[in-house]
Amino acid sequence: MKTEVLGRLRRFWIGVAMFAFAAGGLAILAPEGNAEYADVVINNYSDKAGMRPVVFPHWFHRVRFRCKVCHADLGFQFKAGGNDINMVKIIEGQFCGACHNGEIAWSVENCNLCHSAVPNTPTQVHESTLQKLVAPAGDRKK
Amino acid sequence: MRPWKLGAWLVLGLALTAGAMLTEAADPNTFNRLLPSAAKRNPPPPDDGIHDPVNEGTHMLQPPKDAFGQLPKAPSGNYIDWVKSLDGKKIQPRYDRIDTAAEPIVMDLNIVREVKGSMPDVVYPHKQHTEWLDCSNCHPAIFVPQKGANQISMAGILLGEKCGVCHGKVAFPVSECVRCHSKPKGDGAAAQKTGTTPPDAPKK
Repeated sequence: MKTEVLGRLRRFWIGVAMFAFAAGGLAILAPEGNAEYADVVINNYSDKAGMRPVVFPHWFHRVRFRCKVCHADLGFQFKAGGNDINMVKIIEGQFCGACHNGEIAWSVENCNLCHSAVPNTPTQVHESTLQKLVAPAGDRKK
Repeated sequence: MRPWKLGAWLVLGLALTAGAMLTEAADPNTFNRLLPSAAKRNPPPPDDGIHDPVNEGTHMLQPPKDAFGQLPKAPSGNYIDWVKSLDGKKIQPRYDRIDTAAEPIVMDLNIVREVKGSMPDVVYPHKQHTEWLDCSNCHPAIFVPQKGANQISMAGILLGEKCGVCHGKVAFPVSECVRCHSKPKGDGAAAQKTGTTPPDAPKK
């Protein structure tokens, strides 16, 4: 009796293992995710400092602010990685720190809300025409 | 468990794995083979390939679809028509960092650029651009504010110059040709509009 229960348990676990194996096979099929258009990854210093690179979602910010607020008033250049942003400047209220100060938006204490990219992701504007020209549709693997 | 049963499970697992890997090769004539499905658009941060799903903060970020539900659709980019969203007051982005009442200084001036090729001429509307941007964003660094002073080519735009500083990166991409190339050329316009209908075709 006892051996039968043990046998069933073992069969159950082997079944689970096989299912996981098959699911792994299916996962290979699943296409790689596509970043949201205009998401900017900034990795000027992050990797070297042992932090995840920053993802800046343009869409989220343009729902709340016109381009002019950041790109004219705050001095952000139209170039991914072209603004020499660091945490000291942000804490002093420059660049992201103009809003991410705990008053207009959440403060710098929430490190991992910005520093949220997959490590080693290069600085770039995701899904840009240029990026797609360099890596055409058939070859999405980065 | 008997050895043959274990073997059977192993074979099943292997078959499923191999099958999964080969499915694409198995049916070469599927519809929209290279087209990412509409359901895969605007993925939530943990599934978008650039956010690290291991990072706790990634799961606290708003998925784009949650924000885009009520906004007018577009065929490319974020799949949102941002200009219509703004015009229809579906979004109310601030013009000032703090002052919620600040209004943009809108300039309503169209610039028509006659293009060399067979495409319709380009109409550049200052109105929609000044809703979002300040004059200093474009002038004088990207565009010299003087007629005939700016050499613009599609090749340059594709490489991120001139209009391509924004269009193809954050504003609607250049695949939406007719949103810029919108003014049919001179007298040929009427003929172009009738398309393939011969001039002597009976009128309906």
